[in-house]
Amino acid sequence: MSAMLEVKNLGISFGGLRAVNEFNLTIEKGMLYGLIGPNGAGKTTVFNLLTGVYKPSEGVVMLDGENITGKSTIEINKAGVARTFQNIRLFKQLPVLDNVKAGLHNEMKYSMLSSIFHTPAYRKVEKEMDEKAMELLKVFGLDGFADVAAANLPYGEQRKLEIARALATNPKILLLDEPAAGMNPNETQALMDMICFVRDHFDMTILLIEHDMRLVSGICEELTVLNFGETLCKGKTAEVLSDPRVITAYLGN
Amino acid sequence: MQLVEKMKKATRRKQMKTYGVVLAAFVIIEILSLTGNLPNILAGQLVTLCAYAIAAISLNLVVGISGELSLGHAGFMCVGAYTSGLFTKCMQPVIPNSNVRFLLALLIGIVAAGVIGFLIGIPVLRLRGDYLAIVTLAFCQIIKNVFQAFYIGLDSTGLHFSMRDQFSIKMAADGKVIASGPQGITALSRDSSFIAGMILLLITLFIVQNLINSRDGRAIMAIRDNRIAAESVGISITKYKLMAFTTASAMAGAAGVLYAHGFATLNSSAYDFNKSILILVFVVLGGMGNILGSVVAAVILTVLPEMLRFLDAYRMLIYAIVMIVMMLVNWSPKALELREVYTSRFKKKTGKEA
Repeated sequence: MSAMLEVKNLGISFGGLRAVNEFNLTIEKGMLYGLIGPNGAGKTTVFNLLTGVYKPSEGVVMLDGENITGKSTIEINKAGVARTFQNIRLFKQLPVLDNVKAGLHNEMKYSMLSSIFHTPAYRKVEKEMDEKAMELLKVFGLDGFADVAAANLPYGEQRKLEIARALATNPKILLLDEPAAGMNPNETQALMDMICFVRDHFDMTILLIEHDMRLVSGICEELTVLNFGETLCKGKTAEVLSDPRVITAYLGN
Repeated sequence: MQLVEKMKKATRRKQMKTYGVVLAAFVIIEILSLTGNLPNILAGQLVTLCAYAIAAISLNLVVGISGELSLGHAGFMCVGAYTSGLFTKCMQPVIPNSNVRFLLALLIGIVAAGVIGFLIGIPVLRLRGDYLAIVTLAFCQIIKNVFQAFYIGLDSTGLHFSMRDQFSIKMAADGKVIASGPQGITALSRDSSFIAGMILLLITLFIVQNLINSRDGRAIMAIRDNRIAAESVGISITKYKLMAFTTASAMAGAAGVLYAHGFATLNSSAYDFNKSILILVFVVLGGMGNILGSVVAAVILTVLPEMLRFLDAYRMLIYAIVMIVMMLVNWSPKALELREVYTSRFKKKTGKEA
């Protein structure tokens, strides 16, 4: 059986700058994988390559045996890759419920005519959407906020909502871009529990970028360390974090 | 799920309020006109009012719901007006029933404006913000000027076109001129009526309000709020931008048909930049994304200049001042706060429901 996500020799240049070079990654199903590295190492670029925001110059991305290299963001999402963003990107003016329902966009459908005439098909699918969305919100303890505009949520809840919305697209793998950014230690601890819960509850494969070493060492099973677009080292979390090259990259000589 | 039910109820109440206000206005105007109490100024404006309200609602779909600033809305009105005007002018002797004729003209106008909106939307919607505004503005002017260049005649052998002048049409002896360049279409049958306008307005409200509260509307608003995130959950930007733009153009076409058939002369120079701006003012004053607001603003700002005629030279000055005051009173934070206080007090008096 092939891995859930397999990346071979991924690379991209912006003009003369080699942002990511010969990036390799294998993530098995159900794994919690971490991608770390100093600022500007190319972590988010890797995410953008995996989700089709950038088209890779070379390399192959396989999702569960399916080649998704160079496809559009929308196709890649339909294939089963969902993500959150480093700087939260919610549908701010929409209620929390509608944010998740927007995530269900390709999961539950009806025609434009149904939209205009509110046919029985509309009512049936909308009801299913409401139920599914509320179920997801409940998992994250957001069901009480369903009618609140997303912009008015507290910061931590916004991060949760982003994850809920990503999960609504029914992905095979979830990419989290710095989920703990801007959180205090207590919130981070809660977030760690939640990420593990999501992995177990939804049987999800998770790849995350993080700077918070406590979170990384606490929940990630394996790590890849990037530095200046190159893979510095990879392997089991404990081994990687004690590797002298990694310590040098972070702290200098 | 209780919360979901509550949200649904709130949405439904908001929609019903919109229909209610429009219907109430209709009933009041009908009663006034039946008892002969309708002021003359208003009587002559009824069709125009409906047309502007429809145009404002449709532009709100683009500006408020889809979040793209379009300055070319009058252009789509122009397409609807001109194509349907041509049809009516040609068919005046053939189809004597003005209702049937108007219905067909309406269909032609809507389809033509929708198709043009779709075709223009494909390249234009790749742009954003100021750039989109400028290009839509340009298209509006192009449409207006192209129609002004047409000389069209009809004789027993069919339609004849020319872009030079009236005498280059080369018709047979029995031919008559239908459209003559900058003078447009004259002696047009005035087929539209207040009732037709009201029905169209209600249909427009129905379509827009239902669309907003659906999967498609949600996708459109998701793109407005965050394009990148919308793409990341698999929403096609192009498809939904085009959907909003095309639907809005088709509705603007309907408004154009209605407007044009309220006058005996149809001149495309009426559908210029100023009209686009006027419609945009309705939308901004009524509130972005606020459908009822668009209708109310359209009505007030259309009737007001007529009401102010007694002021002569000071008319436009007062009009401008009223506009500024409206803007401040409607949308300043203090005013909103005050409104909140009064509505909550009112609700307490009437009993339940916060």
